[in-house]
Amino acid sequence: MTQRDLFLAFFRVGMLGYGGGPASIPLIHKEVVEKYAWMNSEEFSDTLAIGNTLPGPIATKMAGYIGYRVAGISGMINAIIATIVPTIVLMILLLVSLASFREYPWVQGMTNGVLPVVGVMLAVLTWQFFSKSKEGLGLGYSLLLVGLTILFISGLGLHPAFVIAGLLLFVFLKKEKPSQEHEKGGVM
Amino acid sequence: MVYWEIFLAFFIPGIIGYGGGPATIPLIEYEVVHRYNWMGVEEFGEVLALGNALPGPIATKMAGYIGYMEGGIVGASIGVFATVAPSLILMIVLLGLLYKFKDSPKVKRLSMIVRPTIAVLLGVMTYRFFATSYIDNGWMQTGILLVASFLLLEKWKVHPAYVIIGSLLYGALFLAPS
Repeated sequence: MTQRDLFLAFFRVGMLGYGGGPASIPLIHKEVVEKYAWMNSEEFSDTLAIGNTLPGPIATKMAGYIGYRVAGISGMINAIIATIVPTIVLMILLLVSLASFREYPWVQGMTNGVLPVVGVMLAVLTWQFFSKSKEGLGLGYSLLLVGLTILFISGLGLHPAFVIAGLLLFVFLKKEKPSQEHEKGGVM
Repeated sequence: MVYWEIFLAFFIPGIIGYGGGPATIPLIEYEVVHRYNWMGVEEFGEVLALGNALPGPIATKMAGYIGYMEGGIVGASIGVFATVAPSLILMIVLLGLLYKFKDSPKVKRLSMIVRPTIAVLLGVMTYRFFATSYIDNGWMQTGILLVASFLLLEKWKVHPAYVIIGSLLYGALFLAPS
């Protein structure tokens, strides 16, 4: 019953992802890596990296790709539908039935309440990725890359996509026999 | 021709809108309000506000709703397709290529080397959520929710669904702007 699992997993992601795309990333990780083990965390990381270099909404890209990986084209369509259709239907119903839904302060209150929870989930995921990175690259090298990324993204205002694309190019163009490291930003 | 217009109105923002949902909103607004005159600025604001109060990605919600208003179920499907399909197809192709060479040492290094960058991106998102919460709720409420949700999620391993629903209720009761 893979299709049913796919639908349920992404239905939960879609219904619980308050705060748009970023909020659904930890939820997708929980379902796909921890609960159903459709990918390991390395593949999840690759998917997120590529997803981040492409335009368009991240949640549906992740859902579509993972659905495709798990169960082909029908899995892809299934996962996308599960992620977005329930909330679109909800939106149409609400907008058609109550014109001034956002007049109610408690609606804003709901959105306010969920912010720190999403923050915690993202913080945990951040830590997991950093730990994994430490295991793979060692602490010094990981911190160097973290520092460079922060420098390029926050310091120089470069779009993350260029940083990731730059790293990909760097790895592909580098001669085999690693271990003399030089920083390299991506400019395309 | 309305179907073609719906397709274009969401295809263009989807392709040039870098940075996910929020980045595409002004572009969608331009198409929907200024180019095709499907709604006024106020109505667009209403739709956006409600969209933001509901879960899930914002760009597809806007595409689905506006597509439905202009062209029914077919219109909604076209709007969503135009938003999602182009970048998704690229992604499947790129990742397919990557996994073709899965065992080459280069691809292995690739996975490793992007990891710290992904950690930073997630860290930046984390910071944004906390910063917004601090602005909207103050440090006290943010702190309470932060500690409570951390304990529930990480220490007692409560399913995120319950923690999220709990925080929505808490917010509706105690964090509504007066």
